Amino acid sequence: MCRLAAITASEYFSPMENIHALETMKEGHDGSGMGLMLKNIGGFAEPLKEYPILSGICSRDGLKALDEFMKSKGFKEVHMWNPAIKPVAGIEKKDCYFAKFYDYPSRYRESTREEKEALLTGTRLALRKMGEADESIVVFSFYPDVLTLKEVGDPLALGEFFGLEDGRLKAKIILAQGRQNTNYAINLYACHPFFIQGFGSMTNGENTAFVPIRQYLMSRGVPGYVGYQSDSEVFTHILHYTVRELGFPITYYKDIITPLKQEEIEGRPDAGALRLIRQSLRMLVIDGPNCIIGFTPEGTCFMVQDSKKLRPGAVGGVKGKYALMSEECGIDRAIPERDRSLDVFPMKYDLVTVPMGASEVKVWDQLKSQTKTISSR
Amino acid sequence: MGPVKKPDKNHQLTLKDFPYGIRWRDDRCTRCGRCTAVCPVKAIVPGVRVERVVSSEGATPTPKVTRRVVSVVSQVNDIDRYCTGCAMCQLVCPNAAIEPEFNPDHKFLHFKNKGGDAYKRGGRRNDPNPSTLDMLKFTRISMLTDPALDAGRHEFHLRTYLGRILPPEALPLKAEDGRLAVDKNSDVFVPPVRQIYPIMIGSMSVGALSPPMWEGLAMGVAYLNEQLGMPVVMASGEGGMPPRLLKSRFLKYFILQIASGYFGWDEIIRSLPHMVEDPAAIEIKYGQGAKPGDGGLLMSYKVLKLIASIRGVPMRVDLASPPTHQTKYSIEEAVAKMIISMSMAWGFRVPVYPKISGTKTAKAVLNNLARNPYASALSIDGEDGGTGAAYNVSMDKMGHPIALNIRQCYLDLVRQGKQNELPLIAAGGVGKKGNLAANAAALIMLGASAVSVGKYLMQSTAGCLGDEHNRCNLCNTGRCPRGITTQDPKLYRRLDSSKVAERLVDVFRAADTELKKIFAPMGRSTELPIGMSDGLSVGDQAIADALGISYVC
Ligand code: SF4
Ligand code: SF4
Repeated sequence: MCRLAAITASEYFSPMENIHALETMKEGHDGSGMGLMLKNIGGFAEPLKEYPILSGICSRDGLKALDEFMKSKGFKEVHMWNPAIKPVAGIEKKDCYFAKFYDYPSRYRESTREEKEALLTGTRLALRKMGEADESIVVFSFYPDVLTLKEVGDPLALGEFFGLEDGRLKAKIILAQGRQNTNYAINLYACHPFFIQGFGSMTNGENTAFVPIRQYLMSRGVPGYVGYQSDSEVFTHILHYTVRELGFPITYYKDIITPLKQEEIEGRPDAGALRLIRQSLRMLVIDGPNCIIGFTPEGTCFMVQDSKKLRPGAVGGVKGKYALMSEECGIDRAIPERDRSLDVFPMKYDLVTVPMGASEVKVWDQLKSQTKTISSR
Repeated sequence: MGPVKKPDKNHQLTLKDFPYGIRWRDDRCTRCGRCTAVCPVKAIVPGVRVERVVSSEGATPTPKVTRRVVSVVSQVNDIDRYCTGCAMCQLVCPNAAIEPEFNPDHKFLHFKNKGGDAYKRGGRRNDPNPSTLDMLKFTRISMLTDPALDAGRHEFHLRTYLGRILPPEALPLKAEDGRLAVDKNSDVFVPPVRQIYPIMIGSMSVGALSPPMWEGLAMGVAYLNEQLGMPVVMASGEGGMPPRLLKSRFLKYFILQIASGYFGWDEIIRSLPHMVEDPAAIEIKYGQGAKPGDGGLLMSYKVLKLIASIRGVPMRVDLASPPTHQTKYSIEEAVAKMIISMSMAWGFRVPVYPKISGTKTAKAVLNNLARNPYASALSIDGEDGGTGAAYNVSMDKMGHPIALNIRQCYLDLVRQGKQNELPLIAAGGVGKKGNLAANAAALIMLGASAVSVGKYLMQSTAGCLGDEHNRCNLCNTGRCPRGITTQDPKLYRRLDSSKVAERLVDVFRAADTELKKIFAPMGRSTELPIGMSDGLSVGDQAIADALGISYVC
């Protein structure tokens, strides 16, 4: 079972905090990989917020092809960030790890957000396809103010390898996953967190209904619902589908993946709508065991469990900094000064959210459709 | 000179030509006569025979020959009275003196067409081989990487939907203060959808079944729904339903079938204003797995008073429904008009769906329905389905196996993104070898939303004697020895409707447990594993390729 460590804060912090938290949960990941996803990036990236960032890994030839492609599409590179790679035993270095900041093609200057997002997704998919056969180009995300790093290896060693200790890279929301390789050969596309158009998420556990869910998503006609090297990628896409495509409030993500029973639905104030959703989206019901942690485009972080709560998960912190992790020891490491009695352990009916700025924790109860707010000092 | 009497019995059949031979034991038989009385076809008769007995008494051998006349039970070699292997004689014999034995080398079909009359019978396809469904295995077992669920402890949602389901983007919903509500001002038509148990009871008509059989099933269905909370629904078959039931609150557990003969619909229409509940659904029968391309047939000996009144016909006439709905000339018309008129009759509150026999052309029908927003489902009945009466050739040789048919239809819906909009109901051979839950689970994982069973239930609830060796299969003749498919009170009084009901409840409760035992290790409980084909495997490469599942050995 993979280990998950997410932190959201009002101030910028280093991804090393997530990595150290992962280190405390070491028995749960086997060093087969780590993924980092940063949102609201500080430091050098602060003035570049509106420029989409293309994160990925390329071979030398791949990089050339990528640059040519981006140019041909009218993207103008405004900045490139590379990790300061330090050779570390056991990590096989690829030619180029990068995060390139681009200005939109001139004809997109006046476009709507939706049009721009469609362009970014289309471009990312085209690049992915270009480099898939020979693995010369691997791209994880292409979106403003979101940066992704993934590599095979132990999280702590990878932190050193990417030179993250130098403090150059900081963000206000960071998801990190330490991978426990189970079913699949190690493939960087199978590494969490996953991202699509502002939505990012990571999961531990298996997804037993992966096949019908994948088929359902792929048949929605939404560009970007492809890939699925990991059975957990669908969780990110279901989130995107719920909130972005269907325009449902985020609490319905919980109602879709872990629906209430018929009798329970009747007790909800929105029973009429829920009944229809239960029927219409039954193909997206998950059975776990899963703990899902992610963020929305607005910067709300959330944690949700499968309907039997078969995986652990905890949320805790102080005003201005909260950690959402698969184990409490990770939170102890990240935010030791917090009041532990206020920690939240989401149960089967809970959807826990922390708004942008990490001011408080909100626990939404699926059974009653009510929200409880927990504030720390 | 008169004609020479042929001594060689040419042009007579030998008992070796018959499918079943009778083993009778002289030493055990007390000549009680029960077997000959019970035999539904008079294949055995009491007779006499002369026996030569050699005996010797005294100290030295002094053989003495005597002749005596003894009574015996013997099998007749008349093709009209062939032994069906039903084993009723064995059942009633107090001394285990008689039993039928299957003869694999029989030549029954060579001769069973006397008078140019092609062989008609009831039952199912005479193919004793395991079906594809029985070859499928559930191979993806969750263990350490993902804890298996506990069939005894965890909650399972073994429910499915019958009815057209709107895709999410078409739902008439609006968001208000972070909550979704049904938009009352929307003019989107939300089709009726029933939540039902995924194993349905397939269409068996009131005319085909005897009163206690039909009553027993109906009582069992009511018990399952009302006492056990299992929303099992039952289809009526062609020919309507007793008016009392139509006007009762139990109607909601029944699916009314309309077929090409429209039998029983006068009564249904007359009852409409008096109905206190809507039926579960309306099934429009276009075909049946047991006899594809052939219409319905209720033979005259079964058309007695009750049936004649329900169906609105005179007594003792053959009731044949044509193979097609003759007032319709094209699929668009047939399907669209029938569905709309049926929907209108109940104010669009009742799901209406067609049932077809398994066929290579199922996908064409499916696509037509997929485009019709009023079509509620598609039921496909595979070649192993059963029937009360049909030509043997239709039953044995016509039709399409259900596994591939359902799989192809499901994948076709997936390609259109409509896999959750039009539920597929799979039937035909479910439980053929007794594996009701396993067959149902396999079909669901291939893409069915629900399965429908008939024949298996007749066997398991009322002890129907039929099997795939053409055992019994007298259902068309009105002489059903178990009292299941007969309108003759002398025969059907053998059947106790409350026992049938009790057995039906047993069967569903056991299947429910077994479904959980299958789904739990595969990690599926909150929903049915519809289309979860990665959990299935088969030890035959060609089948694996055709179904798009993995091969195992
Ligand atoms: S097995 Fe059935 S048909 Fe055959 S002799 Fe016995 S009772 Fe008659
Ligand atoms: S027992 Fe009755 S229903 Fe069963 S095969 Fe014989 S005649 Fe048909």
